[in-house]
Amino acid sequence: MLTSSKLRIATIVAASLFGMAAQATDITGAGSSFVYPVLSKWSATYAEKTGNKLNYQSVGSGAGVAQIKEGTIDFGASDAPMKAEDLQQFGLGQFPVVVGGIVPVVNIKGIEAGQLKLDGETLADIYLGKITNWNDPKIVALNAGLTIPSFKITVVHRSDGSGTSFNFTNYLSKVSNEWATKVKFGTAVEWPAGVGGKGNEGVSQYVRQIPGSIGYVEYAYATKNKITYAQLKNASGAWVQPNAKSFAAAAATADWKSSKDFNLIMTNAPGAEAWPITATTWVIMYKKAKNASHAKVAFDFFKWSLENGQEQAASLDYVALPDTLVKQIEGYWSAEFKN
Amino acid sequence: MHASISLPVSPARQAEAARNARDARNDRVFGWVLKACALLVLASLIGAAASTLWGGSDAFRTFGWGFLTSDAWDPGNDRFGALVPVMGTVVTALIALLIAVPISFGIALFLTEIAPSWLRGPVSSAIELLAGIPSIIYGMWGLFIFAPFVAEHIKPWLMNTFSDAPPDGQISWLVQHVPWIAKFFSSDYPFFGAGVLTAGMVLAIMIIPFISSVMREVFQTVPTRLKESAYALGSSTWEVVWDIVLPYTRSAVIGGVFLGLGRALGETMAVAFVLGNTFKFTPSILETGSSIASTIANQFGEAEGLQKSALMALAFLLFVVTFIVLLIARLMLRQLGNREGR
Repeated sequence: MLTSSKLRIATIVAASLFGMAAQATDITGAGSSFVYPVLSKWSATYAEKTGNKLNYQSVGSGAGVAQIKEGTIDFGASDAPMKAEDLQQFGLGQFPVVVGGIVPVVNIKGIEAGQLKLDGETLADIYLGKITNWNDPKIVALNAGLTIPSFKITVVHRSDGSGTSFNFTNYLSKVSNEWATKVKFGTAVEWPAGVGGKGNEGVSQYVRQIPGSIGYVEYAYATKNKITYAQLKNASGAWVQPNAKSFAAAAATADWKSSKDFNLIMTNAPGAEAWPITATTWVIMYKKAKNASHAKVAFDFFKWSLENGQEQAASLDYVALPDTLVKQIEGYWSAEFKN
Repeated sequence: MHASISLPVSPARQAEAARNARDARNDRVFGWVLKACALLVLASLIGAAASTLWGGSDAFRTFGWGFLTSDAWDPGNDRFGALVPVMGTVVTALIALLIAVPISFGIALFLTEIAPSWLRGPVSSAIELLAGIPSIIYGMWGLFIFAPFVAEHIKPWLMNTFSDAPPDGQISWLVQHVPWIAKFFSSDYPFFGAGVLTAGMVLAIMIIPFISSVMREVFQTVPTRLKESAYALGSSTWEVVWDIVLPYTRSAVIGGVFLGLGRALGETMAVAFVLGNTFKFTPSILETGSSIASTIANQFGEAEGLQKSALMALAFLLFVVTFIVLLIARLMLRQLGNREGR
């Protein structure tokens, strides 16, 4: 096209005028708000190193997927994996980039962070509205040695559609048949009980304000706001505390090898130390790039981030992907993406 | 037939005629530009209404009239209904009006009739500044400060006085003798400040600047001789306001009230933070609920398929609700006009 070639000449002229060594490329992405903090931290460091900037809009996973389908951005990011048919139809590929944990948080007088123990079934029954008091025999039985007051439970959930809700409800439907058949899982569901707070911030505020409440937030919000989180029993029957180690264990023990296009939701991971509500975000890109130079920079950015971004991820309470998974992703890139 | 005769025309006349023609043309162009400006508003209104209707057509087709009467909002099983959001929108806006109108009236009255002149300027500017605060700020204030205040002070008192499950355990005389009143003041979450009433109160604070500045402006248009005459006949300030100022400005005051109501109906962020966002149908004003705008703001980013269509349908219903409200306002004004015999 005439205009684009003119533009290119103009940029080359401008670049030579200013004596730039390499031409900087701005890549654009949109989607999940869950990865936004870590993406912006990575991209700031990456831009310092290479001059290539990342422009990311955290508009929500649904909008990110819609935009990459229309081809208006270089990559989309979604908290839910895309189905194989959809990937095939649009010629897209996807891979996970970072891992984070979702924790149940409670507000019960006299109970400190990490003391309360809950298993999946009990958590589901609370969210189904079947367990309505903290001294319910099921909760008491799990917490021998802890005095739990008799107090009405108030359930708090997210009011906005979110990846946090997606992974939380996905976990509940894996551990409770009733949840799986009645409520199902998704970024927003019809909550059988409780009130809805907007965003992680809304949920953590509601939980702090309502005595006897239980909610779920991203791990970083629980630690930053000093809200009491609970232990969970994982798929192997062990009690685990939420922390970087148990999130990493979930990522390492999840069965990535046999999942096509990394289409695997990590909740209820099998490992002995795995935190059961661990989540990831997928980056979605065209297998045959619409803009090859942008795609090249995007891959370079994600390669750099996956290999060197662990520390920055950890400082924001995310967990970097385990090395074996990074290797697998890089293999997937060279096998599936044509550049 | 006559041969055409060209009359000698002086150059001055010619120039004048040319100028007249040019002026007429410019006037026409100016008229078109103005018309285009006005039509642009109309076009964007119709466009927005039509595109929400188009986007929501899937939901309307799937659920039919049941969409209006169903209290379901179940993205997992694709069942949606507008009853709770529509009711939440209307009820929070009405509560806001009930609180905001008397207070705004008092503010406007004070500023135009009673306040010393050195105080009028600063207070008026303060009110106009309040109108400029973004709604997210009201939302955060509502979430962090006002909702806990309601939970601690206002809600316990209301529940002790009006509900059949009061925190202090003593069912009040009122509740024992007025059978249905407890229905409006029940609460599943007695320790929780967010809810329909809280949202209505936050909305009231948001619309007070709008209503009171309109009222103040129009109160100032009342001719001094009318007021002076009434005072001279021995009227009290209240009598002057009630019998002279209000009748004189009635239609403009109602216009101001409906401006505030319009804002309350469409308010999004502030409500999303303090309404509790639940989809259970309840007549109680202490219970949590949802509004049309907050539901859309909450769910649009992640919505797909039928859920997205249902949200679009909700947006269209907001148009309908606002239209009905404006219609009522027009009818009320006409009624008043008839009574005055104008």
